Amino acid sequence: MTTPVLLEARALAMWRGERRLFHDLSLAAVPGRALHVRGPNGCGKTTLLRILCGLLDPEDGALLVSGQPVRGGDPRLRALVGYVGHADGLKHELAAAENLRFAAALAGADPGPDTHAALARMGLVAVAALEARQLSAGQRRRLALARLPGADRRLWILDEPFTALDTDGIALLAGLLEEALARGVAVIFTSHQAAPLAVERLDTLDLVAAA
Amino acid sequence: MTGRAFLGVLRRDLLLAVRGRAELALPLLFYLLVATLVPLAVSPDAATLAGLAPGIIWVAALLATLLSLDRLFRSDFEDGSLDLLLLSPAPLPLLVCAKVLAHWLVTGLPLLLVSPLLALVLALPGRALGTLAASLALGTPVLSLLGAVGVALTVGVRRGGGLLALLVLPLYVPVLVFGANAVSAAGDGLPVTGQLYMLGAFLALAASLAPLAAAGALRITAS
Repeated sequence: MTTPVLLEARALAMWRGERRLFHDLSLAAVPGRALHVRGPNGCGKTTLLRILCGLLDPEDGALLVSGQPVRGGDPRLRALVGYVGHADGLKHELAAAENLRFAAALAGADPGPDTHAALARMGLVAVAALEARQLSAGQRRRLALARLPGADRRLWILDEPFTALDTDGIALLAGLLEEALARGVAVIFTSHQAAPLAVERLDTLDLVAAA
Repeated sequence: MTGRAFLGVLRRDLLLAVRGRAELALPLLFYLLVATLVPLAVSPDAATLAGLAPGIIWVAALLATLLSLDRLFRSDFEDGSLDLLLLSPAPLPLLVCAKVLAHWLVTGLPLLLVSPLLALVLALPGRALGTLAASLALGTPVLSLLGAVGVALTVGVRRGGGLLALLVLPLYVPVLVFGANAVSAAGDGLPVTGQLYMLGAFLALAASLAPLAAAGALRITAS
């Protein structure tokens, strides 16, 4: 019996202007496994992740959710993916807890009592009432990542999640990811550092510099 | 779940508007200022002003709305919240409705509420007041809805503000024509049902189509 695949990408191709970012790129998101997308700056890592989220349509190739081809914005894809991108999606005028509550409401999750636990999870309880503008870059990143556990998504797509995090933050995130993987969540992420995750769960995908 | 996302967006945008008070007051002050400049520039004579008043009030409402439109999606686009909207399991047109409703509550509604003051400054006949309120109540939501489509299309363009005005103002013309005409007709004691029905029809049309168009435009903008 083969492992069920949550999301499959077949023969993706993408151009940015005259540059070909990648072509004939295939990958599969498998429950309980993490995929580390690596490559030099500008090789199309973020573009690839946005395609996998359905925010961007590839120029060629197909995305399949449970074997069914989907296009960007398909409800099946939106119900599957939890995404934390480069831009953190936080409102500077809102408190940390408020940001988290609104993100949960938007993701269709129950925002109520989970907020405190989610903040505690990322070590943010002390700054829960502070406006997001007052948080440091690392704290904002933690806050953006704190959205993930409550949203109940089976595929996490994370763009440079370790950037700006301190040692504690990296450990917290690694713990969060390990736990999610053990629960059967699939994770696709980019990172320039070696990911502090157990190797037996980790695959890597290397993108080459754009041609 | 869908209702929760709708309410979440509505509450968030209202909260953001309240926190950013200066931004909230700007279109309103602009509206009041534009309308009060006219008596200074043209003539303080009540008879002259009364004839101009419907047009001035409506043009000022149009420009004040235009000034506030960018707020609809600009910050969402810049801080990545737009991605959250696009990835929400709730239908995007519905979330656009929540944003437009929030926008109307903080811009269109205040314009409507202060319009009697403008009517007084511009010597609009008292019997036109009801029609002024009705025409603004029907017309300003159309301005917010059409504006949402324009902003969704231009928010990805750097310095898209000028482009937005070029795109949206022509679409506002029918609302302006029927809105201002209804108010002048009421001032002259003529029936205004026709104009108000037309404004109602514009509202029905915009409310059913604009959220879909804006949602489609946002998807293009995000990619």
